[in-house]
Amino acid sequence: MLYAFLCYNNEDAVFSWSQAEDEAVMSALGKVRAPLERAGRCGPSARLMPTTAATTLRKDSDPPLVLDGPYAETKEQLLGFYVIECADLEAALDVAKDLAKANPGGAYEVRPLRLFHPGALAPEAMAR
Amino acid sequence: MSDLGWIDGALTAARPQAIGALLRYFRDLDLAEEAFQDACLRALRSWPQKGPPRDPAAWLIMVGRNAAIDQVRRRSRQEALPDEETISDLDDVETPLAERLDGADYRDDVLRLLFICCHPDLPATQQIALALRIVSGLSVKQIARAFLVGEAAMEQRITRAKARIAANSTPFEAPGPVERAERLAAVAAMIYLVFNEGYSAGAAEQDDRAALPIEAMRLARLLLRLYPAEPEIMGLMALMLLHHSRASTRFDAAGEIVLLDDQDRRLWDRRMIVEGLALIDKAIRHRQRGPYQVQAAIAAMHARAERPEDTDWAHIDDLYVALEQLAPSPVVTLNRAVAVSKAKGPAAALAMIEPLGDRLGGYFHFFGLKGSLLTQLGRAAEAREAYGHAIALAATPAQAAHIRQHLDQLVKESAAQN
Repeated sequence: MLYAFLCYNNEDAVFSWSQAEDEAVMSALGKVRAPLERAGRCGPSARLMPTTAATTLRKDSDPPLVLDGPYAETKEQLLGFYVIECADLEAALDVAKDLAKANPGGAYEVRPLRLFHPGALAPEAMAR
Repeated sequence: MSDLGWIDGALTAARPQAIGALLRYFRDLDLAEEAFQDACLRALRSWPQKGPPRDPAAWLIMVGRNAAIDQVRRRSRQEALPDEETISDLDDVETPLAERLDGADYRDDVLRLLFICCHPDLPATQQIALALRIVSGLSVKQIARAFLVGEAAMEQRITRAKARIAANSTPFEAPGPVERAERLAAVAAMIYLVFNEGYSAGAAEQDDRAALPIEAMRLARLLLRLYPAEPEIMGLMALMLLHHSRASTRFDAAGEIVLLDDQDRRLWDRRMIVEGLALIDKAIRHRQRGPYQVQAAIAAMHARAERPEDTDWAHIDDLYVALEQLAPSPVVTLNRAVAVSKAKGPAAALAMIEPLGDRLGGYFHFFGLKGSLLTQLGRAAEAREAYGHAIALAATPAQAAHIRQHLDQLVKESAAQN
C-alpha cells in the first residue's frame, strides 16, 4: 500500500531555525529516506515554501475567489510530504516514527493513497 | 536537534504573540516581559517532561499571565499564593484561549508590539535596538555587538528608549483600518531598517551582524502571516529574500566588496530567490504598486539574469522611473543612473547625476558612481577627484579599499598612456 506522510509543523518555529539547525534536520531526514529509496519504496517527496507564499482558489463561488494565504488557518501548517510504500499501517507508523525522530515538533498525518500517478516531469522542469 | 533546541525554537517563535498579548493584559511593557520570562522558565521545567503543548504561545500567555498576577499579589501581600499545580495544569484552559487567539486581537497584539518600537520620537537605531530586544528577544549583549558598542551603553540606550515609549503610550484599543495601515507601514519601514543595518555592514562585522537580516526576515514573515493580502508586505519580504540570496557572495576571502557583476551567481541561494519571485508574483495580482514591490522587482531582474550581460537594464530603468514617482529621492535617481549607464551609456548617466551634487555632496556612493562614469568617459583627472571624495566619505574600510582599487587602476592606465 502507498501512504502519504503529510508533515505538519509550526512554521514560525521551523523558519526560526538557524541554517545549521535546518541542515541538521534535513540531513537526518535524508538518512531515513535513503534506505527506503534503495529498497525502491520511496516515491516523490517535497518540501513546501511557507504558507506566506501560498494562494488559495475558492471554487465554491462563481467565478472562483482567489485568496492570499493557505486554505486553512491552522496551528501547525502543511510543510511537506512523502509518498512511501509500506506493508501495512504498523509499518507506515514505524516510518513516521523514524521521520519524527529526525524532525521534532508537530505531526505526521499518515494517509493511504487511493490513486497515484507518478507523473512525468521533465528534468528541466525540476531544475526550475 | 535536541529537546532543548526545539524548546528554544518554540519559545523564540511564540515570543511576539505572547508578549503582545501580555502587553494587552498588563499595559506595561516591563511587566509583560517579566511575565514572559517567568513563563519561559516554567516551560523549560515542564515541557521536557510533559511534552510540548499543542499551542506554545497560548500556554506561555496563560502561564505568564498567572505568574504575573501572582507576583502582583505577592507584592501587595493580600492573598496567599496559589500552588504550583493550579498553574501548571493547563489542559483545560488552553483550548478556549487558543481559540480566542485566532481572532483579530492576536493580530493586533503583534502589530501593536512591533509598532511601539517604531515611535517617531525614537531615532532609527533605537527603534531597531528596541525591536530586537523586545520582539526578537535578542540579548543586550548580542544587540550591542551588532551595533559595535559596549554592552552598558546599549543597555542604557534600550532603557532610555523604553522610558520614552512608556511616557507616550500607544492606545490599546483595536486600531481602525486607517490606523492599522499606518502602523503596518511604520513597522515595515522598521523591519527594513533592521535588515539594512545588518546588510550594510562590512565583511569584518558580518559575523556579529548576521543575526539582523535573518531576524528582519523572520519578523516580515510573521507580519505577512498575519496580513496575508498586503502586497507591500509581500514586496518587503521578497526584497529581503532576493537581497539576502546574494549574502555569501558579497565579500571575497580577503573581506573586499564584490560587486554584483563580479559575484559568483551559482552561489546565490536559489531557495530564497524562488520564494522571492513567488511573492512578487502574488503581489502583482493586487495591482497596487508600492516602493517595496518595485524594489523587489528590480532585485528580481538581477536574480533572473544568469550572467551579468543577460541583465535587462532597460527594464530596470523603467522600474526606477516607477520608483522615482512612488518614492522620489536623490538616492533613487542615483541608483537609476547605474541602470541608465548600462542601457544608454555613461554620458546620459552623468548628466542625470550631476544636478544631484548639492544634495548628495556627503554621500559615498554618489562620488563612487561619478568616478566610475568619468573613468568610462576617459576623463581621468576628474575621476580621480571624485574617487578622492568617495574615499574620504567611506563608512567602512572595505568601501575605501574598493575605491582605492579603482584609483590604482586609473593611475596605472594613465601611466601606460604617457
